[in-house]
Amino acid sequence: MNLFNFLNFNRRTSAPVARERLQVLLAHERTIVGGESDLVATLREEIMAVIAKHMAVAQDNVQIKMERGASVSTLEVDIEIPTAASGIRPAA
Amino acid sequence: MAKVLVVTSGKGGVGKTTSTAALGAALAQTGQKVAVIDFDVGLRNLDLIMGAERRVVFDLINVIKGDAKVDQALIRDKRVDTLFLLPASQTRDKDNLTDEGVERVIGELREKFDWIICDSPAGIERGATLAMRHADVAVVVTNPEVSSIRDSDRIIGLLDSKTERAEKGERVEKHLLLTRYDPARAARGEILKVEDVLDILSIPLLAIVPESTEVLRSSNLGAPVTLGSPNSAAARAYQEAVRRLQGETVVDVQKRGLFSKLFARRAA
Repeated sequence: MNLFNFLNFNRRTSAPVARERLQVLLAHERTIVGGESDLVATLREEIMAVIAKHMAVAQDNVQIKMERGASVSTLEVDIEIPTAASGIRPAA
Repeated sequence: MAKVLVVTSGKGGVGKTTSTAALGAALAQTGQKVAVIDFDVGLRNLDLIMGAERRVVFDLINVIKGDAKVDQALIRDKRVDTLFLLPASQTRDKDNLTDEGVERVIGELREKFDWIICDSPAGIERGATLAMRHADVAVVVTNPEVSSIRDSDRIIGLLDSKTERAEKGERVEKHLLLTRYDPARAARGEILKVEDVLDILSIPLLAIVPESTEVLRSSNLGAPVTLGSPNSAAARAYQEAVRRLQGETVVDVQKRGLFSKLFARRAA
């Protein structure tokens, strides 16, 4: 019964969750001027270009994830570096 | 001095066309000369909501292409004689909706009308950007629902950057029209409250249109709700919106029982 009440309570007050999610989302979306640039896409391209200068890494081996929070956002870049020595080029 | 008003939202299905018809008719009933223009090329519906679907001869694209004069394309409403409709084209020649063409048509209408109301299509493509392009005033139609609010926020950004006024360093006067609002559900925390939406979007409130069966009934009958069911709560909300658009400070919202007691203060 208690569990039922708890679930029921949560179901009813979904509006505050909606409010919080929107506030976090819109705070980030508003920084995109005119909707023409996409921060994550730009970062992905530029990060890929930097990596390509030093290593031959397939695009599929780079994972870029963004986690947006109310006060802190994190950008996680996961690069799978090839083990073969031939895969690493000397820096230009 | 003519005013160009855009009714916009980003998201589809929130009530842009219903609101365009209702606001246009209510404004025209105050004696103002009003033209409502459907910008949804290919998916016109304002003619249907206004009950003029069988009287369309020429459309906006015909006027832009020079096939017809603006006076030939305008359809006078049978109920309010200061209300006119410029329908959209039903064929898919969206490319004919040009920046110069729209500018010329709006310019001509400014000479003849007090209010020009542009019914924007959903989305942020050409039809939507051209509908807002020459606006002096914008009514952002929003439902108390996350995707609608997000899209409205995006549209507000475009109103502040992509309109003629914005490019001249001037401001488009923006108003929020909250539609399909159910105060009982908001009180139970099931949907976002008025103040939440206002807080997130930070533009002034024009009116709250409650969820109402009269809106559907009127559209079934081909009448703007302000003409088809003028005493309904929805029609009264639109009438109130019109008074605010005309610069009137509406302090005392019409008696609506609990609804007015809850929201009169915030709607002022």
